Amino acid sequence: MAEFRMPSLGSDMQSGTLLEWRVKPGDRVKRRDIIAVVDTDKAAIEIEVYEDGIVEKLLVEPGQKVAVGTVLAIIRTEAEPTAASPEPPPPEKPVHAPVGKSERPAPAAVDERKITPPTRPAPKIERVKASPYARKLAAERGIDLAGLEGTGPDGAICATDVEGASTRAPTPPAGDMSANPPADKPVAKDYTAAMRRAIANAMARSKREIPHYYLQTRIDMQRTLDWLAAENLKRPIKERILPVVPLIRAVVLALGDVPELNGHWIDDRHRISEGIHVGFVIALRQGGIIAPAILDADDKSLDELIAGLRDLIERARSGGLRSSEMTDATITITNLGDLGVETVFGVIYPPQVALLGFGKTTAQPWAENGMVGVRPILSATLSADHRATDGHRGAQFLDALNHYLQEPAKL
Amino acid sequence: MNEEEIKTVIFGMLKRIAPESDPTTLGPDENIRKALDIDSFDALNFFIRIDEALGVTVPESDYGKLNTLSEMLDYFSSRTG
Repeated sequence: MAEFRMPSLGSDMQSGTLLEWRVKPGDRVKRRDIIAVVDTDKAAIEIEVYEDGIVEKLLVEPGQKVAVGTVLAIIRTEAEPTAASPEPPPPEKPVHAPVGKSERPAPAAVDERKITPPTRPAPKIERVKASPYARKLAAERGIDLAGLEGTGPDGAICATDVEGASTRAPTPPAGDMSANPPADKPVAKDYTAAMRRAIANAMARSKREIPHYYLQTRIDMQRTLDWLAAENLKRPIKERILPVVPLIRAVVLALGDVPELNGHWIDDRHRISEGIHVGFVIALRQGGIIAPAILDADDKSLDELIAGLRDLIERARSGGLRSSEMTDATITITNLGDLGVETVFGVIYPPQVALLGFGKTTAQPWAENGMVGVRPILSATLSADHRATDGHRGAQFLDALNHYLQEPAKL
Repeated sequence: MNEEEIKTVIFGMLKRIAPESDPTTLGPDENIRKALDIDSFDALNFFIRIDEALGVTVPESDYGKLNTLSEMLDYFSSRTG
C-alpha cells in the first residue's frame, strides 16, 4: 500500500489546494500518469504518480488546502493484491522522486484543517484549465472558473474570458458552487502576495543556507550568432531558433564536462544528478517567476530543445505544468538578455547547487590576435554552492561553456 | 489591407500576448516591446501570427526595424498591397 502525499513542488511550497482528481478509486495508474491537479501559490500543477498501481482510496476532496506531506490518496501497488506474483515490488526509483521529500520531513499533522477521509467518493469536478493570469483575475473578482468557457489553447480559460464574464450579468457557475448562495462565492485570493511569499521563502532559505560564490565571464557570441542567422534563414518562421536555445545546449554540454554543478545539496551531502533537467526561469505576466524544468535536456537535440522550451513556456503561462517539471530541475538558467541588463548575479534555487545567468548580448570592443574589433559580447555568470564545488571547478565550467559557443555547428 | 485593418490585426495579437494591456493606448512611436514587456519568445510568436494573418514573413534581420506601431504600419502596409 503506498501513500500518495501532497508533494513539495519546489522549496518554496508549504501547502497546496487540491483542485481536482483525474482518477477515481479502482483506476489503474502507471508511473508518471497525471492523477490530480494542485494549486500552489504560483500556479496549477498537474501531479504525477510515482509508481504503478491501482487507486484504492481518495482521502482529500477538491477544494481542500493541505500541508505538504499530507496523504492525498492510497495507491495499491501491483504486487500487493495477489500472492501470484513472485517478484518483490519494484524498489522506488529515485530518479524522479520529489526533491522536497527527502529534504523536509513531512508534517505529521495538518495545521489548517483536520482531514477526515471521506466515505463517499470525491465529487467529480470538471477540469478547469486556466492561465495563471486568468486565475488571478478570477480570484480577485470572485469569479468561479468552472463556470467559464475557455477560448485559449485546448480550451484554457484566458484573461479575456474572465474579463468577459465579469462584465456580463453574474451567471451561476456550472460546478458545485452553483448550489451555494452568493455569499459563499470563492473568497478573493491575493495571488500576487502569495507568489511573493513563495519566492521570499525559497530565496531567504537560499541566502540563509547556501554559501554562494560567483564567477563571471564574457563570451564572444559572433560565431554562434552568425551560425544562428544562417540557420534561421533556412527555417520556416515557426521553427526559428531563439538565441537562448544554443545557450541552453551549451550549458548541457558543459555540464557533461563538469557534472558537479548538476545536482543537489541534500542532508549535508552533494548529490550529483545523472540526468540533466534544466530549470528555466519564466517571468509571468501578472508578476513573479516560475522555474519549471526541461526534463532530460541532455538527451535532446537542438530542435527538441526548441520544442521543449516552447512547450514549457506556453504551459507555464496557460496552466498545465507537471509536478516532475516543478521538482526535478538539477540546475537553473535565468536569461535577462531581453532587457537591457548586462550581468545577472542569480540566487540559487535550493536544493540545487548552481544557477547560470545570461545578460544582454551587446556590441563591445574585443581584442583577439592583437587586433581590436567590435563583437557581440555576452556576459555569463555562474552562481554556485561553495559546499558542493570550488571556484576552480566553476571556472572550468565557464571555460567549457565558452568553448562550446565557439563551435556552434557542433551544438 | 489598409492601415486601419492592419492596426486591428496588430492590436488583437498584442492583446493576446499581453492580456492585461490596452494596445490602443500605445503611442505611434512608443517602443512596443518595452511598453508591453514582451520577451523574445512572445516577439517570435507575434511574428508567427503576423505571418499567418497578413502573409508577410518578417526575416530575422528586419526585427530591429519593427519597434513601434508606425514602423509596423509602414512595413506591413507596403507589403500587403
